[in-house]
Amino acid sequence: MFEFISELSRWAIPVILLVVPLVAVLRGVKVYETFVEGAEAGFATAVKTIPYLVAMMVAISIFRASGAMEVLVASLSPLLGFVGLPAEVLPHAIMRPLSGGAALGIASDIVKTYGPDSFLGRLVSTMQGSCDTTFYVLTLYFGSVGIRKYRYSVLLGLVADFTTLVASVFIVSTLF
Amino acid sequence: MVNFVWLAMVVFGIVVAGINGNIEVVTKAAFDGANNAVKISISLIAIITFWLGIMKLAEEAGLVRALAWLVRPVMRFLFPSVPREHPAMGAIVMNLSANILGLGNAATPMGLIAMRELQTLNHSKDTASDSMCTFLALNTSCVTLIPTTIIGIRLLYGSSDPTDIVGPTIIATAFSMLVAILVDRLLRLFYSGKRR
Repeated sequence: MFEFISELSRWAIPVILLVVPLVAVLRGVKVYETFVEGAEAGFATAVKTIPYLVAMMVAISIFRASGAMEVLVASLSPLLGFVGLPAEVLPHAIMRPLSGGAALGIASDIVKTYGPDSFLGRLVSTMQGSCDTTFYVLTLYFGSVGIRKYRYSVLLGLVADFTTLVASVFIVSTLF
Repeated sequence: MVNFVWLAMVVFGIVVAGINGNIEVVTKAAFDGANNAVKISISLIAIITFWLGIMKLAEEAGLVRALAWLVRPVMRFLFPSVPREHPAMGAIVMNLSANILGLGNAATPMGLIAMRELQTLNHSKDTASDSMCTFLALNTSCVTLIPTTIIGIRLLYGSSDPTDIVGPTIIATAFSMLVAILVDRLLRLFYSGKRR
């Protein structure tokens, strides 16, 4: 199963790159001109995200560097301990929605310290694999089209992240 | 809520730095954060430009519509306000498929394309529409079949079976996706009532 999926991932993009232009040609599309026409908006889309990402990443960076993150971890530990989350993976749980790179750093550190096949190693691996960097994705995607009012999406993203945490703890302690 | 979260991170960060006596880190952190943000955006230019070109080809060739047609029942349930033949449907499906396969650097541009299409259907251009909120919830809680990066790290530190977390990961994300869809429906009801 794993072999199959990993082969599929390896082939996915080359196959798309082969099939899409071929089908387009067969349907009478001018492939080069159409590609360029579509690609034109790429620069503007990327540049438009700059102010949004700057705003969010400055805030996250200050929050982390100042030590405020540790305060948050300490104050949230009773709540997360209540759902059975070990204290060692707390920083990861809190960092995961905020910063992808930092969360990956914490995850590698836990895997290295406790061993990849320990309970903590497996738990943090599952948490790392099953979440996404919610704030980054929200900022990037909304920023690219100029959305400023996020309505309930931040709350929704955090609820989903929290659910993943609880589910990870439950599944890893059941299976291993 | 994003206003609150943003302000809280900045204010709380500065206050804690002041109390800890290392207020000087704030300035450096702020500039580092800004610098990183610009670097990310710039490095996105290449990959977004590339995928926008491919997507335009796929659209003109009718492939996006075909893809959207394949998963129409699910999509109509999740995105009732998006018309059936709209390019947004295809783009959303492409993004979710890329996420499922763990193709991180292909998923992001597809997501940006989907947002652009959803924005064409949006009535107030600076406010997230219901469909946008649903799409982002699905995107961030989406089932990932192969969490490539963490498997690499497990391999690096000598795991006897680096991929044994794939099963638990799929179950955990499937569960959170389900909850995300349910909560999305509830919040949508609540917020649409409040907005009027």
